Parts: sequence; structure tokens; C-alpha cells
Amino acid sequence: MSEAVMNLRSRGGRRATSWILAAIGLAIIIVAPLIGLYPVFLMKLMCFALFACAFNLMLGYVGLLSFGHAAFFGMGAYVAGHAVKVWGVTTVLGIFGGAVVAGIMGLVFGAIAIRQKGIYFAMITLALAQMVYFFCLQAPFTHGEDGIQGIPRGTILGLVDLRNSLAMYYFVAAIFLAGFLVVYRTIHSPFGQTLKGIRENEARMVSLGYPVARFKVLAFTISATLTGLAGATKAIVFQTATLTDVHWHMSGEVVLMTLIGGMGTIFGPVVGAGIIITLQNYLATMGSWVTVVMGTIFVICVLTFRRGVVGEILARLK
Amino acid sequence: MQTILGIPAPLLFGQLLIGLINGAFYALLSLGLAVIFGVLNVINFAHGALYMMGAFVGWFLLTHLGIGYWPALVLAPLVVGAIGIVIERTMLSRLYDLDHLYGLLLTFGLALIIEGLFINYYGVSGQPYAPPQALQGGYNLGFMFLPAYRGWVIVASLIVCFGTWLLIERTQLGAYLRAAVERPELVRAFGINVPLMMTLTYGFAVALAGFAGILAAPVYTVSPIMGQNLIIVVFAIVVIGGLGSILGSIVTGLGIGLVEGLTRTFWPEASSTVVFVIMAIVLILRPHGLFGRPRE
Repeated sequence: MSEAVMNLRSRGGRRATSWILAAIGLAIIIVAPLIGLYPVFLMKLMCFALFACAFNLMLGYVGLLSFGHAAFFGMGAYVAGHAVKVWGVTTVLGIFGGAVVAGIMGLVFGAIAIRQKGIYFAMITLALAQMVYFFCLQAPFTHGEDGIQGIPRGTILGLVDLRNSLAMYYFVAAIFLAGFLVVYRTIHSPFGQTLKGIRENEARMVSLGYPVARFKVLAFTISATLTGLAGATKAIVFQTATLTDVHWHMSGEVVLMTLIGGMGTIFGPVVGAGIIITLQNYLATMGSWVTVVMGTIFVICVLTFRRGVVGEILARLK
Repeated sequence: MQTILGIPAPLLFGQLLIGLINGAFYALLSLGLAVIFGVLNVINFAHGALYMMGAFVGWFLLTHLGIGYWPALVLAPLVVGAIGIVIERTMLSRLYDLDHLYGLLLTFGLALIIEGLFINYYGVSGQPYAPPQALQGGYNLGFMFLPAYRGWVIVASLIVCFGTWLLIERTQLGAYLRAAVERPELVRAFGINVPLMMTLTYGFAVALAGFAGILAAPVYTVSPIMGQNLIIVVFAIVVIGGLGSILGSIVTGLGIGLVEGLTRTFWPEASSTVVFVIMAIVLILRPHGLFGRPRE
């Protein structure tokens, strides 16, 4: 009885804490560019934070490591860039298109890869993403090594001019928050609970009659769609879409962000993206040392810091 | 000129030869991955970086110490194998009790470090490495011209691959190894030092990658990124062959090399993607790979 009360109280407490955290987060997002932080940097951060959150949906909540998420990120960027620049569609529609294409790819990749678990799954997604990389290297619309450059930012429905970087910032912030909310709702829904059940004990979920494969493919599709959304938004922010976005280094980067921030936590990927993007910003002049530093952080995280920043904080609070 | 399916015969055989040589490297690398996975349950993402290291050790020996190809063929695998042993002892061995994914992530980080360091010092353009005196020139086989070094690559790779297969499948040591894969605790109870066996296995498999690297040095240029995209093709080959099958990885490696060669002749644009398409098809029809067994 008293235990139940305790549980209830702590759950209520946790809910209040998350509301406070959400309010603080929202306030930070609104105020950040006004207190002198560079908007382009913040936009980059939010794009990657959304990318990492979408990725974490698979790794943290289904327990499947996808090593091919760069394919969705890059294709989202390419599709949005091409649609806006060459076909002249509006920015919003271009970004939407990028997300949809990435989602369809996620459905197909998921259907192929989902039969396998663990290491196998990681290798298969990596190989499929490499196929996309070679496609992007050769397909005419991606312009090979040059990439798509000079993508116009356009306007929101002809009302707001996105060339203004503050307007662009709040547009990206809205996309990020919407994507983050989708992830949050997915995790805290019966669907999300089922995913966690699959992560913890798949055989039991099968015996309970859940169509496990279908749940996993759906989660993978949601994750890919949001990743495409992040990539498409990034393409509009930086007005370029290049091969870097589809290369497997990008897949590795998002794994690192999630790992360092704390996989299986909601805010972990955001924190991780913040750390990695900031670091890259500071190390930008150091050339290929960046890769060495990233690799070193990877090794240290795996050996000694597996819970990540947020995971570690949560573990201390318990 | 003789043609086959509208393709000049020398061109077709030339592409098949290139395919076979690529296949020889695929076989050496996927064999190493299969051995490591079989014994340590780790997918070694650093395999491509260590392969590159093998080539660089050979290049370094030649340009800085004047040590030629033949000694390098022995020294490069030894150096790379020693580095592998250090990696296994200091890092990998701490992760055996955890989810296997951490092994993949650790070796991914190591690959980034190794490749980043080499790019930093040597750039990405690549260094030339001449084949040894004895293997310059070539033979006219009547239907095609076979450069001597390329013939040597195929022969050497096949000897090492099948030697490894014999070692694992037909010797006492191999029997211990296979037993340790199935029941490590029981094998330890018999008084066999399983952790040492795992260390040596990793060292040996990584030395195979180093051997492939020095073998590749005269064929491709010695460059820090030579293993970067190769490793992913090798991953796909391991998936196609089925993890845990030694012979399967050798046969699949050579086979995929040939298929790539054929594709390059008939549909050049698809030659870099064909292996991934085959992987997808195999996964749909035979989820455990061509030679693999379901394992849990």
C-alpha cells in the first residue's frame, strides 16, 4: 500500500520534473539566439539533435543498432535540396518530401534488415546505407563530389522570408520541437511500451501474440522519417547537400552522439549532439585530428562511460 | 578478335582477373572477420584500418629501413598482429561480458583513430610500392596476359586461406578453438587457457588483415583510406556467406570478387553496388546466409 503511494508520488514528482525541464528547454530555445549565440550553430545543433533523437528511438528503445542512418539523413537532404532548387517547390514541401522519401526507404530497409538482430542488424543497415552512398555518388541529380549547392532557403508559404537567419532559426526550432514531440509521444505510448517489451524480452512478446516484426519495422520507419526530416532541414539551413551526409562516418557520428549523451534516455541524444557539435566547432581548424578525437571519445565512452551524460545523472539521482 | 556475348575476350578475362584479385583480398579479410566473430563474438570494425596498416608497415620498411618485399611479407603481419594483441588485451577483453554491440563500437572508434592518424601524416593521396623484382613482368596465357604479381596474389591468398581453414578444422588446436566457441567454461575446466586462446586468435586474424595489406601494397596504392570502403564490402560478404562459417567466407569472398568483375564488364555503373544487392536478396531468401546456420 505505502509502496503504491510512494510510487504514485514519485511518478507525480517525475511528471512535474519533466514539465519543468520542458519549460526550461523551451525557454532556452526561444532565448538562445537573442543573447548572442550564433543562430547557424544553434540550427546545426538542433538538426543533429533531432537526428540523434530519431536514431535513439531504435537503439535506446528497440535495442537495435542501426549503422546506416546516414542514408536517411543524406537522402532527406538530397531530396529536399533537389526539389527546392531544381523543381522550385516551396521550402516546407521540399522538407516534407525529404522526410517522406526517407520514411519509404526506412520501410524497405527495415523490412530487409529486421529479420536479424544485434550485430547482424548493424552490419546489414551499414551495407544498405553504403549502397545508397554509391547511388548518390553516381546519380546525376546529386552532382557527385560537388553535391547540391546554393539551395535557396525560400519562404514559409510566401509569408516569412527564411533568408533572415532569425526567422530561419525559429522555423528550425519549430521543426525540432515537433520532431522531438513525436519521439516523446512514441516512447510514452502503448506502442512505445511494446517496443520496450521487445527490447527486454522478445521471445516473451512473441508468445504474448505481438507481431514483433511489424512493430520493429514501424519503429524503424518512424525513426527514418524523422532522420530524413532532420537531413532535409539541415540542407535548407546550410543550403547544401553533399556526400558527407550519406557517408558512414555520419552514421558513426550519430551513434557517438547518442552514446555520449545516454542511450535510452529522452534528453541524452540532445545533450550528446550538443557536446559533439560544439567540439567539432572548436576543432574545425584541426583537420583530420577531429576524426582522431572522435575515435578517442568513442573508445573512452565504450570502455568507461557506457551510460552517457544523462544516463549517469539519472543513475546518480536514483 | 574473339568476342563473348559481344564483349572482347581479353577485356572480359581482364575484368575477371581483377575480380579474382579483389576476391582474394575479400577472402582474406572476411576469413579474419569470421574467425574473430566465431571465437570472440566481436565484429572487428578496425579490420580495414589494420589492413591499411599492414600495407603501411611494408611501405615504411622499404622507404625508411630499406627492407624489401619478402621480409616485409612476414614482418608486416607480425607487427599488425602484435598491435592486435595489445588491442585485445587492453580494451576488447573488458567488453566480453557486455552486449556484443560494444565490441563493434569500440573497434569503430579504433578505426577512426588509426585512419585519422595516418591521414594526418600521409594525406589521402597514397604512396607507390613497386612489386618485387622476381614478380615483375608477366605471362601470356594465350587468351590473356597475366601479370606475374597478380598471379602471385591469388596463389598466396588461396594458400593462406586454406591453410587457416585446415588449422581450424583439422588440427588439435583448431578442435580446442571450436570447443571454446561452443562451451568456453567447460573447455576452461579441462585446463585450457581460454582467454589466452582468444587473445592469440584476435592477433592471428588481425595478422591476416596485415598480410592482405602488404599483399595489396603493390596492387593498389598505399593510402590511409584504402581499407575504409573495403571493410563495408567485406561486411556484406560476411553477411552473404553467413557468420561463423570459415569455408563459407573464403568461397563467398572469391565469388563476390568474380561477380563484381563480371558486373564491371557488362554494367560498369552497378559494379560497386552489386554486392549489396546480392546481400539484400540473400537475406530475403536465406536469412542466415549461404553457408550459415541459425545461431542463438
